[in-house]
Amino acid sequence: MLIFDLFKMALRSLWSNKLRSVLTALGIIIGVASVISMISIGEGARKQTLTTIAKFGTNIITVKPGEKKSRHVQSGKVDTLKLEDAYAIEKHISSITGAAAQVYKNAQLKFGNKNSNSLVRGTGEKYPQLSNFVLEEGRYFSREEVQTARRVCVLGATVVKNLFGDKNPIGEVLKVDGNNYTVIGRMVAKGALSWFDPDDQIMIPVTTAQKRLFGMDYVQAIDIQARNIDEMEKIKDDVKALVRRRHNIPEGKDNDFYVQNSSEWLNSWGDAAKTFTFLLGGIAAISLMVGGIGIMNIMLVSVTERTREIGIRKAIGAKKREILEQFLIESVVISFLGGAFGIGIGIGISQVVSKMGGWDTIVSFQTILLAFGFSVAIGVFFGFYPANKAANMNPIDALRYE
Amino acid sequence: MIEVAQLSKTYRLGNQEVYALREVSFNISKGELVSIMGPSGSGKSTLMNLLGCLDLPSGGSYHLANIDVQSLKANELAEVRNKQIGFVFQNFNLLPRATALENVELPLLYGRIPQSRIKALDSLDKVGLRDRAKHRPNELSGGERQRVAIARAIVNNPSIILADEPTGNLDSKTGVEILNSFKQLNAEGATIILVTHDPSVSDQCPRTLFMMDGCLSKDERKPVSEVHGC
Repeated sequence: MLIFDLFKMALRSLWSNKLRSVLTALGIIIGVASVISMISIGEGARKQTLTTIAKFGTNIITVKPGEKKSRHVQSGKVDTLKLEDAYAIEKHISSITGAAAQVYKNAQLKFGNKNSNSLVRGTGEKYPQLSNFVLEEGRYFSREEVQTARRVCVLGATVVKNLFGDKNPIGEVLKVDGNNYTVIGRMVAKGALSWFDPDDQIMIPVTTAQKRLFGMDYVQAIDIQARNIDEMEKIKDDVKALVRRRHNIPEGKDNDFYVQNSSEWLNSWGDAAKTFTFLLGGIAAISLMVGGIGIMNIMLVSVTERTREIGIRKAIGAKKREILEQFLIESVVISFLGGAFGIGIGIGISQVVSKMGGWDTIVSFQTILLAFGFSVAIGVFFGFYPANKAANMNPIDALRYE
Repeated sequence: MIEVAQLSKTYRLGNQEVYALREVSFNISKGELVSIMGPSGSGKSTLMNLLGCLDLPSGGSYHLANIDVQSLKANELAEVRNKQIGFVFQNFNLLPRATALENVELPLLYGRIPQSRIKALDSLDKVGLRDRAKHRPNELSGGERQRVAIARAIVNNPSIILADEPTGNLDSKTGVEILNSFKQLNAEGATIILVTHDPSVSDQCPRTLFMMDGCLSKDERKPVSEVHGC
C-alpha cells in the first residue's frame, strides 16, 4: 500500500468522525497554543527586561551593603555603607567618571489637592549622568546643594503628569511627607518597565534625604561609572580594597558589602527570566501531554470499534506494518493539524497579550518548530500503542468481532 | 492446486488439548468447484481458516499453489492471502465508508499492483455492477453487496476463491443468483471452495467434502449430469 493511499484512508476516517477528530485535536491545539503563547510571553519579558536594564547603562558598578549570598539575595547588615565611602571612592579610585550614593524610599507627594505615592531617591549631583536620565527642563541640584542638604527636587515624568498635569512644575513647591520642596527640574521620560516605572520618582539631594526625610546615616547603594568597560574589573577590585580599608575589615574576614557590575545584574536577570520562560513553557507542555493522552484514548476506542475493518484488511492481504502505518498516520494527522491550528491560535494569543497588556511578546521560529515537532512526536508516541494493538490483531478473531 | 495432508488443528482448553481438526487429507485440482458441508462444530470453519491462510495448522501439511504454507511468517501469509486467495464472507465484510470501487480496489493497493482503478472496474464489470461503482455498501442491496465482495475476491486473479456461507444472509432468489455467479466464474476456470450447511448449495457443486467432528467423513463426487439438476 502506498503512503498516499494510507493518507487518503486516514483523512477519510478522520472526516467521517468529524466531531471526535476535532475534539481530539483540540487537546493538541490547546497544548500547542499555550506552549507558543507562554514561551512568547516569557521571551518577550526577558528581552524587554534586558533592553530596559541596558538603558540604565552597562558601565555601572554598584556597591551595596551586606553580603551577596546568591542571586538577588542580600543578607547581613544594611547600614554598613556610608556617604563618606562614596566620597572616598570618587576621590581615590581612578578611571571613573563619578560615583553617586543613593537612598530611596517611597513617600507621599502632594501638590495642591493631588497626591501620589512615589519613590523618593536621594542621590548625588552626578546621578543623571550615571543612570542615563536626561533633564527636560530646569536643572539638577548642584554639589553645593547636596552638601548643604537643601530642600529641592527634580521630578520624573510620571510624577509631573500625575501631580501637575499640563502645568509647568518648575519653581512650584511640592510637599514630600508634609515638608516643602522646591521643584528645580524635570526629567525626560525613560519608559516604564513592566514591574517598575523609573519615571514615577523624584530625586532629592542624598543628604537631604538622609537627614531630613528618612533619618538614616547610611546609604543603600553607591553607583560608580567606569570610564570604559575594559576597566570594570580593576575598578571593582580597587573599590573592594578601598572600602575594606575604610571599614577596617581584617584580612580573611568577609566583606560587609558587595560590588556588582550592571552586566552581572543583566545576566542574573536574564537567567531569572529564562527560568520564568521554562516554567511557563513547562506548564504548557503538560497540557500538550494531556492532549497526547487524549489522542491515545480516542485511538484505542477507534481501534476497538474498527476491529472488523482490521480483520477485513488483514484477510485481503494487509501486512502488519500497513495496519500500523494506517493508524499511526491517523494519530499523526490529528496532532499535525492540531499543531498547525495551535500555532496560529498561540500567535494570536501572544499578539492579543502584547496589545492589551503592553507587554512585548516574541514568537520565534525555534518556538514554532519546537511546538510543531513536539506535537507530531506526541502523535507518534501516543499513537504507537493503539496502532500496534491494531497491527497485532489476529485476523480470525478480528473478522468475527461483532 | 491444494494439497492437504494429515492437517490438524488443536486448541488448548485449560490443560486439555482439543482437536478442531484431526488429520484431514485431500487434494483439490485447479478449476474445481468444491463445497464443504457439515454441522456447526464439525471443523469446517477451522478448515476454512487454514485453507485461507488466516491461521497456521498444528500438524500436517498444506500446500497452496506449490507454496508450503506452514513455513511462512505472518507477513508472507498476508502476501499469500493477497495474491493467491479471494475471500467471500457470509456477512459480506465490505468497508462501510468506502465505495464499491474502493472496496474492490483495496487488495490491489495492498498488493501494490499498478492500474488498480481500471482493474477494479473490470472486476466490477464481471459481476455486473460497473454502474454501482460509486455507491457505498449501505446504498446497495444484499445481493449487490455480495457481488461487490465477489468482485473484490477475484480482482487479484487468485488461485482459489474461498466462500464462507456466501448465500447465508441472502434470500433464496438472490442466493441462487450468487451461486450462479460462482458457477460462472468456475466455468471460466476459477477454483472455488464453498463452505455451506445448505444442501441445495452443495447439490450444485460437482464435489462435496463432508466434515464431522473434525474429520473428513465423506468426499463425494457427483456425475456431471446430476449437478445441473436445479
